[in-house]
Amino acid sequence: MLAFMTRRVAYSLLILLGVTLITYLLLYMLPADPARQIAGRSATPEVIANIRHQLGLDLPFYQQYFNYLKGLLQGDLGRSFIQRSEVSELIGARLVPSLQLMGMGILFELIIGVGMGIIAALKRDSFADRLLMALSFVGVSSPQFIAAMLFLYFFAVKLGWFPMGGYGEFRHILLPALTLGLLGSGWYSRMVRSSMIEILHQDFIRTARAKGLSRARVVFRHVLPNAIVPVIPMIGIDIGIFMGGLVVVESVFGWPGIGQLAWQAIQQVDIPVIVGVTTVSAVAIVLGNLLADLTIPLIDPRIDVKKH
Amino acid sequence: MKRKALSLALTATLFTGSLLAAEPKTGGNIVITYQNDVATLDPAIGYDWQNWSMIKSLFGRLMDYKPGTTELVPSLAERYTISDDGTEYTFALKRGVKFHNGRELKASDVKYSLERTVNPKTQSPGAGFFSAIAGYEDVTAGKTQTLSGVATPGDYTVTIKLSQPNATFLHVMALNFASVVPKEAVQQWGADFGKHPVGSGAFELAEWKLGQSLVFKKNPAYFESGLPYLDSIRFEIGQDPTVSLLRLQKGEVDIAGDGVPPAQFLQFKNNPQQKSLIVTGEQLQTGYLTLKTTMPPFDKLEVRKAVNMAISKDRIVRIINGRATPANQPLPPSMPGYDSTYTGYPYDVEGAKKLLAEAGFPSGFDTELYVMNTDPQPRIAQSIQQDLAKVGIRVQIKSLAQANVIAAGSEKKQAPMVWSGGMAWIADFPDPSNFYGPILGCESAVPGGWNWSLYCNKAIDAEAKKADAMAKPEEQEARTALWRKVFTDIMDDAPWVPIFNEKRFTVRSARMGGDDALYVDPVHIPVNYDYIWVK
Repeated sequence: MLAFMTRRVAYSLLILLGVTLITYLLLYMLPADPARQIAGRSATPEVIANIRHQLGLDLPFYQQYFNYLKGLLQGDLGRSFIQRSEVSELIGARLVPSLQLMGMGILFELIIGVGMGIIAALKRDSFADRLLMALSFVGVSSPQFIAAMLFLYFFAVKLGWFPMGGYGEFRHILLPALTLGLLGSGWYSRMVRSSMIEILHQDFIRTARAKGLSRARVVFRHVLPNAIVPVIPMIGIDIGIFMGGLVVVESVFGWPGIGQLAWQAIQQVDIPVIVGVTTVSAVAIVLGNLLADLTIPLIDPRIDVKKH
Repeated sequence: MKRKALSLALTATLFTGSLLAAEPKTGGNIVITYQNDVATLDPAIGYDWQNWSMIKSLFGRLMDYKPGTTELVPSLAERYTISDDGTEYTFALKRGVKFHNGRELKASDVKYSLERTVNPKTQSPGAGFFSAIAGYEDVTAGKTQTLSGVATPGDYTVTIKLSQPNATFLHVMALNFASVVPKEAVQQWGADFGKHPVGSGAFELAEWKLGQSLVFKKNPAYFESGLPYLDSIRFEIGQDPTVSLLRLQKGEVDIAGDGVPPAQFLQFKNNPQQKSLIVTGEQLQTGYLTLKTTMPPFDKLEVRKAVNMAISKDRIVRIINGRATPANQPLPPSMPGYDSTYTGYPYDVEGAKKLLAEAGFPSGFDTELYVMNTDPQPRIAQSIQQDLAKVGIRVQIKSLAQANVIAAGSEKKQAPMVWSGGMAWIADFPDPSNFYGPILGCESAVPGGWNWSLYCNKAIDAEAKKADAMAKPEEQEARTALWRKVFTDIMDDAPWVPIFNEKRFTVRSARMGGDDALYVDPVHIPVNYDYIWVK
């Protein structure tokens, strides 16, 4: 177990190193000049050169990247070119709202997705099954921006069930989380459906039914715990997909999360913030996958990490 | 007798004026939304349209403008005098002005603030504006930290010596970059001063939740008595402009800071209920097409004139739903020096073809047009492309990110044509010189500059220098006339195709009071927060 964990952690660190290197390299090769951007339109070439020197942008790439890594190890992500505040402070202020939205979003995904999957599997090939699967397909493939806008218009403006954007109270999180949940639930419902159908055909289920257990007990005690196993690593992967969806949904609902920060930083070519957000997102994804790997054996003891 | 009639007329206008505009009421709390984060509230650093007016309301400056106009008035200064040769300005400060931290503002604070902005360590995008002050070069070169041209003979007197007369200097002292800051607060917060601003303005920052909201509360000790009218302003950040408009209609928001998104503009404007909520104003902005005068075939005057005649500006204005008026010269109409009698180049396709044939291009040529890649800029570029195709000029559109277009714009061998939309040019201060030096003058026709035509006419440059040296009040009329001539002379060389002057639109709720001009203030962009009030 310990060897497995050390190896996984080492891999994770390597992945993170790769992510920072690629992001930094891509932004380094961008033809936009941050020094000119900071100096403004009234600056003389000397002023620009001076700022470039102060920021260390006149150093060769490997040295800039090395300095960045050195700062990163000390928890220093640098300062934003545009806002001039610490990147860690900017990200820190937005991390909690993003995690809240992510947690609620995944919760809704699971409730909706697993629920739909169970019904579809039990009513296999019925009209309900086809309808649910069609809906999940629509949800997964619909553009998040338009769907979020439609939900906002319908549920918040027309029906007035939810507030129009904002942050702070529980009622504010419901609509954005529900949007993320509805759109992403399709992955889970399809997966739960197929793995349930497979398990429903197994001998031990037939035995359970034969010994006279109620249908509900068979489904919830015997089928579901087995069918849910592939969903766990899926959550880990989902965190990565979520990061992309967060950018869009947060900006529509005015949710003060990390996605909004990333969106603005990209528009303004604020390199330290872009690298910082990418690094933090990469950490989240790697951590999510690591956690998923480590929790599977707790749920299904047949999976033995020592063999991997 | 004459005098009596005048004073009668004056009282009459004043009286009707106060009848028309309801008396402002004190009190009230309002909500303003913005999509983007507020970058910084440090007056030496903030340089975008969103924080521009916020900083103006938090900090005081020696000079300011009459609300809703471009007329300069003393602000922190009680009065000022200019020496006969136009190189020495003496400002007498108002007494008893307090910073938000309670300390009295003195002459030494003015000196410190100017030196802080100019100091290269501050990395201020506005440092260049102060280059007229004696000793500026020594500070930017890092030789010293004190400006030799700024002296404080008393606690309430500041004298500023210029290296040469400069007619725009009072405008410069009204720029945000000339805001007065208390040294102790700057030293306490260091680089984070922009998140903990301390000034002497009408409002002070009460709360800032990063990425969520800012609250400005009234400064009870503000030196302009009776101001501001509002008790507090809550800025909600991160709101999509479309959502903001919906919330404004529901009464949750008072001013939608980002205005109306282009796609919804017509729908919103044609709705009778919403129409009264929009305030339309002029902007000190010109959208133009630069023609690289050093790069064949645009080095030929006939070709540049032909391009000027081939483009239908009316059609471009229609493309952006009439959010602008067609332009025929570099200056926008509300800028002093605008020539209202000048008609510019007519839209004349046949004439353009003839000029091209004379220049030796009867069958046109191939070229490139650089444009920023956000709506509506590429659509405008396509319209230009179609117009030029009619005279045989085959244009390839290069649609790039803003920073990349700016980088290519001043390169000698790149970007023969650039559409300025989304990047340039909005005036920093309401003076015609701001439309010459940085974008048409010889000094800026260098790599890294903003003169993307690389246009340099030495004779015109000399005239511009002359106009900038005319600093005395009695010379102002002659100076404006000189600038008027400079800009129409430039059009004879046709380095640009001036396309349009954009208008500004602010949307505010029905309960907001105050003159419309305050909501589209030409200087306090976008809204003059100090003077608006709640009905």
